[in-house]
Amino acid sequence: MLRRPEIKRAPSRYRNPVGKFKVQRDKRCTHCGLCAELCPRGVHQRMGKRMLSPRDEWCIGPSCQKNEYYCIRRCPQGALRMAVNPNLQALRDHRWPADLLLSNWQQAETGCVPYSDLEYRIGRSGGGFDRLRLRFPQTDPGELPAEEEVSTALLLNRREDRRPRVQIGVPFYGGGMSFGSVSNHTMIARARAAMAWDTFTCTGEGGYPESLKPYDSHMITQVATGLFGVSEETIQRVRIVEFKYAQGAKPGLGGHLLGDKVTPAVARMREAVVGNALFSPFPFHSVYSVEDHKKHVDWIKEVNPRCLVSVKVSTPTDVDMVAVGSYYAGAHIIHLDGSYGGTGAAPDIAKKNIAMPIEYAIPKVHRFLVEEGIRDKVTLIASGGIRTAFDMAKAIALGADGVVVGTADMVALECIRCRNCESGRGCPRAIATTDPEYSKQMDMEWAAQRIINLYGSWVKQLVTILRLLGLRSITELVGRTDCLIHLDYQPEEIDDDIKPYLTGSNGKSA
Amino acid sequence: MPPKYHLKPKPAPSRYVPPGPYGIIEGDGCLNCAKCVKKSCAYQVFQKRAYDAGQMADTADSLCKNCFRCVQECYGRILSKSANPEYWSMGDEYWTPEIIGSNQRQAEAGKIPVSGGGYGGPFAGPGFDSMWTDMSEIVRPTRDGIHGREYISTGLELGPVHSPAFQSDPGSGGRETLRACPRVEVSVPFIFDLLPFREFSQPVLTAMARAAKETNTLMILPAESVRGELSPWMAHLVPLLPPGDLDRFTPLIQQCRMVQIYPDEKIQERMGEIKRINPAVILLVRIPLTPLAEEEVERLSRQGAEVIHILADGQGREQETSQPRFIKERIRDLHRALVKQGRRDRVTLIFGGGIALAEHVAKAIICGADAVSIERPLLISLECRLCGRCSPEEPCPVEIDRVETSWGRQRVVNLVAAWHGQLLEVLGAMGMRDVRRLRGEAGRAIFREDIEKEIFANIFGDKMQTRPVKAQPVQQGEIACAPET
Repeated sequence: MLRRPEIKRAPSRYRNPVGKFKVQRDKRCTHCGLCAELCPRGVHQRMGKRMLSPRDEWCIGPSCQKNEYYCIRRCPQGALRMAVNPNLQALRDHRWPADLLLSNWQQAETGCVPYSDLEYRIGRSGGGFDRLRLRFPQTDPGELPAEEEVSTALLLNRREDRRPRVQIGVPFYGGGMSFGSVSNHTMIARARAAMAWDTFTCTGEGGYPESLKPYDSHMITQVATGLFGVSEETIQRVRIVEFKYAQGAKPGLGGHLLGDKVTPAVARMREAVVGNALFSPFPFHSVYSVEDHKKHVDWIKEVNPRCLVSVKVSTPTDVDMVAVGSYYAGAHIIHLDGSYGGTGAAPDIAKKNIAMPIEYAIPKVHRFLVEEGIRDKVTLIASGGIRTAFDMAKAIALGADGVVVGTADMVALECIRCRNCESGRGCPRAIATTDPEYSKQMDMEWAAQRIINLYGSWVKQLVTILRLLGLRSITELVGRTDCLIHLDYQPEEIDDDIKPYLTGSNGKSA
Repeated sequence: MPPKYHLKPKPAPSRYVPPGPYGIIEGDGCLNCAKCVKKSCAYQVFQKRAYDAGQMADTADSLCKNCFRCVQECYGRILSKSANPEYWSMGDEYWTPEIIGSNQRQAEAGKIPVSGGGYGGPFAGPGFDSMWTDMSEIVRPTRDGIHGREYISTGLELGPVHSPAFQSDPGSGGRETLRACPRVEVSVPFIFDLLPFREFSQPVLTAMARAAKETNTLMILPAESVRGELSPWMAHLVPLLPPGDLDRFTPLIQQCRMVQIYPDEKIQERMGEIKRINPAVILLVRIPLTPLAEEEVERLSRQGAEVIHILADGQGREQETSQPRFIKERIRDLHRALVKQGRRDRVTLIFGGGIALAEHVAKAIICGADAVSIERPLLISLECRLCGRCSPEEPCPVEIDRVETSWGRQRVVNLVAAWHGQLLEVLGAMGMRDVRRLRGEAGRAIFREDIEKEIFANIFGDKMQTRPVKAQPVQQGEIACAPET
């Protein structure tokens, strides 16, 4: 049975949330309060006798003109103006365009897909997931499976090796982010959300803080090349241990934590020196063959007889061989991290150019595992550019069993993708920082709720997608490429918007 | 142990305020409140900002890192961000503002660009953006063995690499004297080509020449420009000889390790003439990249050309045709043609035109180039914004001709250091320890057209066709060194 944590509103922690549109009230305003009565979305609010600044993030823009409550027209003084927010010009990210950031923030605030016509499914990268569409068959709504009948659960151990049959309630879990690259608050928020939705999140390579003890049952701990903070004790604490051979954002390169971010707390955790940059080498200097790799896996299995082993690799040309090799070495989970994945710090040349995007790697590996006759013995997890519930559905239809998310969690905490996580004291928005002063800007309760809400919205969307496809389980979607259309091959644009089928309120509308 | 190649980058601040991508706009209505966001900026942009009246530039635009906190925290809501037109109008479609800005920052700091977050660019693009380089993982880790970064070599020899080490001296008049076959070694697989657009001042040329020496590469320049001031760096200069009489360049040819010539009908005679003046000199033949380049390269290599320098236009396009193909495709064609003829190792191929970033160097070499040449990035390192208004009437907005030589040298050295560092990243990720092993290793790259065919065309291409699920064999590397015939 799927655990359903409570969705509670968690509004932006900033005074001026960013909206797609900007509403301005000029000096002619007499604070009559008509607009506050009219707007069903709560853009205008009156406190006492004065109007507050408009809440831009709830304005639906020019599409409101058709409504009789359109405030710009109704204002008796003509004191209101509305336009596309010029600030959006400064958010030029092809993978996370402004719409996707804003729609993620709304989901994190409300647990629902966004109001109005904000794009919540795809970005503007012009390829991969952004050119794929879901193809829903024409079905009589009465024949669709009921919401309660649809399962999003995912079994992580398929080896039948007498280790626990770990199952998660949702087909996604959190990717590795180390203490040092992100703050303690961020780690705990992710762990709480993972626990609330009965899934996992990962410590990354940077030690396993004691503060995560209450969440041990939903933590994955990472063993990466630097072995920072890895001990038998940490390996024995968890149900899943992840080997990080490589990371999609910097495949073939080691990890790197710049000196400024090695604060006393981080240094203690990693058994390193304050202020000294830390490098994880590449590759594991104890693994130069599949045989070595098997020894590695055996070692972990020996240390923790109850854990599952996940192997995280990036996507070279022979990624299919790598996956098969990992399976024969004893891995339960093959985790492919595509080349456009996130990172706390990586050379730009690596992020852009090394290894293949995840959209190619998933079908390549899926097909190869099928050929080898071992597809149903291993769990295939994809990451590296999974931003939305639609990306998840597409990745699974291409052949993955489930996905791992990272950046989307950060965006839920109001990351704006300025990409300065690595420098100085770290993130000025208090997400990817260990600076004690910056960290204060974010409340842990709030952060956990934001991620819980985002996951809630994803689950709703995934259930709806499955229903519209006539499927009763997420496992039925695996490898169903017939549920997808690629616009490069079938140029007619199809609309896979599922908003009309989603139940529940969105935003502030009554 | 031989000395390691080590560059010494040092910060060399820009003379002009580099335009930042986004500007901060301050509206009216400041409440003069106590909690001013300008004081709490994480990067102290507002404390550090200055207005340079001469340049009409606000330094805030280049200091700001776009974290949006001031925009989102200001009580009066008076701060906003917007695109800075000065930045976004730089360059053109190929030489994008991002490319110019990135190279300028590399020239300033001498460091590899590093950032957080994933890649925020398009999925793929035209030209070099339609391929990815490979990396090594578990089953094939470092195929050159365990090694550290400092042991990765980016150097190569230019010249007739596979000819005998000694040959009889043509200048010896029939007597049997042997001499060592000439070779010139560079430490990075890119050389400096003629500076584009116009002629530049002596300090610019001197800065480049000094940087070429310090980074152990070469600099091509018109023979007429080689003046006395440049003589200390003669070993790193490659004068381009104009067609016609060679007499006046005799002393120059005697001093140089390499010279560049244009091909003409009498090229064989001309090469012989130059070799008589200086038997140790290596000849670079400069030809345009045209649809006929295959024949031209074959002909020149049969006539004894040692190094052929093949040039696309400034945007990497083929020349002298109405339907130009991109340099990346043409490098592959030319490389494969020579491999097929069994002549690939008799000639060094240097390609130029459109090499804008360090990643292009690696990708061009994977496609089959031995080395590449760069031009615009050299000017960009001296703050050129590729405004394209290089004329005597209009003053250069960054006064390139007035650079101080030592500053200019440092900026170019910084750029080379940053590119070199990035090449090490790519080579390290592939588990390679020598850039010469990279040449023509197309199997160690992922070409978009191939992977599309293998994956998506297979799935989405023809829905009606029943296709047996069959894995493709792992793509094998092309034979980089065909046996000599």
